[in-house]
Amino acid sequence: MPRTCLYENHLKAGATMVDFHGWEMPIRYTQIPQEHQKVRLSAGLFDLCHMGRLEFSGPGAEEWVQSVVTTDLSRIEFGHARYSLICDPNGGILDDIIIYRLPKSLFLVVNASNRDTVKPWFEEHKGGRDAQLADRSEELGMLSIQGPQYVRILAPLVEWTEHSLGKLPYYHIMKAKILGKRALLATTGYTGENGFEIYLPAEAAPEFWDKLLETGNGLIAPIGLGARDTLRVEAGMPLYGNELTRETNPFEAGLGFAVKLQKPVPFIGQEALARLNAEGPKRKLVGLRIFSKKVARQGMPIYNGEPAVGIVTSGIPSPTLGFPIAMGYVDKNTQVSDSLEVDIRGTRVQARLEPLPFFSRTRHKAAHAL
Amino acid sequence: MPLPKNLRYTPTHEWVRVEGAFAIVGITDFAVEQLSDLVFIELPAKDAKVKKDARFGEIESTKTVSDLIAPVSGKVVEVNTALADNLDLIKDSPYDQGWMVKISMTDPAEVESLLTANRYQQQLDSEEH
Repeated sequence: MPRTCLYENHLKAGATMVDFHGWEMPIRYTQIPQEHQKVRLSAGLFDLCHMGRLEFSGPGAEEWVQSVVTTDLSRIEFGHARYSLICDPNGGILDDIIIYRLPKSLFLVVNASNRDTVKPWFEEHKGGRDAQLADRSEELGMLSIQGPQYVRILAPLVEWTEHSLGKLPYYHIMKAKILGKRALLATTGYTGENGFEIYLPAEAAPEFWDKLLETGNGLIAPIGLGARDTLRVEAGMPLYGNELTRETNPFEAGLGFAVKLQKPVPFIGQEALARLNAEGPKRKLVGLRIFSKKVARQGMPIYNGEPAVGIVTSGIPSPTLGFPIAMGYVDKNTQVSDSLEVDIRGTRVQARLEPLPFFSRTRHKAAHAL
Repeated sequence: MPLPKNLRYTPTHEWVRVEGAFAIVGITDFAVEQLSDLVFIELPAKDAKVKKDARFGEIESTKTVSDLIAPVSGKVVEVNTALADNLDLIKDSPYDQGWMVKISMTDPAEVESLLTANRYQQQLDSEEH
């Protein structure tokens, strides 16, 4: 099973390792709720080396990427980031990605679970354009520091940055120098906290990881995939394979903002998406508060009387709120005033619609950055 | 935490302490470690009937939910109601204060089919490798 360049760091930190889409990754180092609260209250460090990093360059690069993704790159300036989707011709979601515009290239981060589908998908749709796709996933390490103390922990380790470390707005990227190496710092994340996703040469990543924990001196802890999941659910952020699949479309997922139907280059799924948008979604992705100690989990049916009106896509005991929360799809007519129930292994428990996100320090900024 | 020698065990990580015709049941330290954090436990009511190898409750953590499997058949005569509000008892004292139910056994001979501490330890050793 493939391991990241930080594998030894995880073992040293006492991680419990699991198979995550074919990668041997840390699920937790201590306990999930404890790691979760560390990120909310101070800071956490994440290994994201399993994600895919693709760099597009050359004169035809922009048009190539434009023809595949749903967002409009012509609106993204240098140093900006944009959330986007890749859809199939029917408007089904193939992946959700982040696109950064660098001075000479477009830099895309794709999900670990979709690394093997997205790259060939781009290659298939290159259409003879004068451009190159370089897979940087092996040579570049990717880690993330998230949580209120992130600037204070990172600052002593960063030798140079293009802009002031604490002032880069949400969903931006800048050049930096770390451990004598060229790096990129992006104000993106998957926790609802402020922080940086950091790209630097893979060979420097293990030392950088150790130095962050060392200089962080108790203010920061390594965070496994378990808490990464509880953090993103509180932040109302979708996960590919749960909220997003080839059978879901962007509008029902509440991601219509990432689909620019009017853009200079036609893109895969455009016609189907225009039709789906005109028809309006039949169901909607919602947040749920669960009135029980039991956790509603992926696949459990949601009822509003009879018959079922939806299905849970993700659910957790929320460490921040102190009760279970979930995300799921429900019939578009479902209202906050409806008394819903989730069938948890044969027992119906009460549930109520809750606005997403459940908790976020970034979302109000995200809304217009996106 | 060493395995108490005086208890019997199941392959599904429950333990049993026999007191005459009664069996006191909990889950092992290994099971607690695997669950990691505990968020919820559901136990049967007093007087409920339980059947050997059948589910008698469930225990839930952030990532997963596990059935509790009855090691013996009988009637529940006592339930550790303190657990509902203090799941730490299970973590801190799995073989004592973390007990879950006391069962009046219908067939005390069923205990003989349960694992000894040595046999259970062998199972743990093989699961860890």
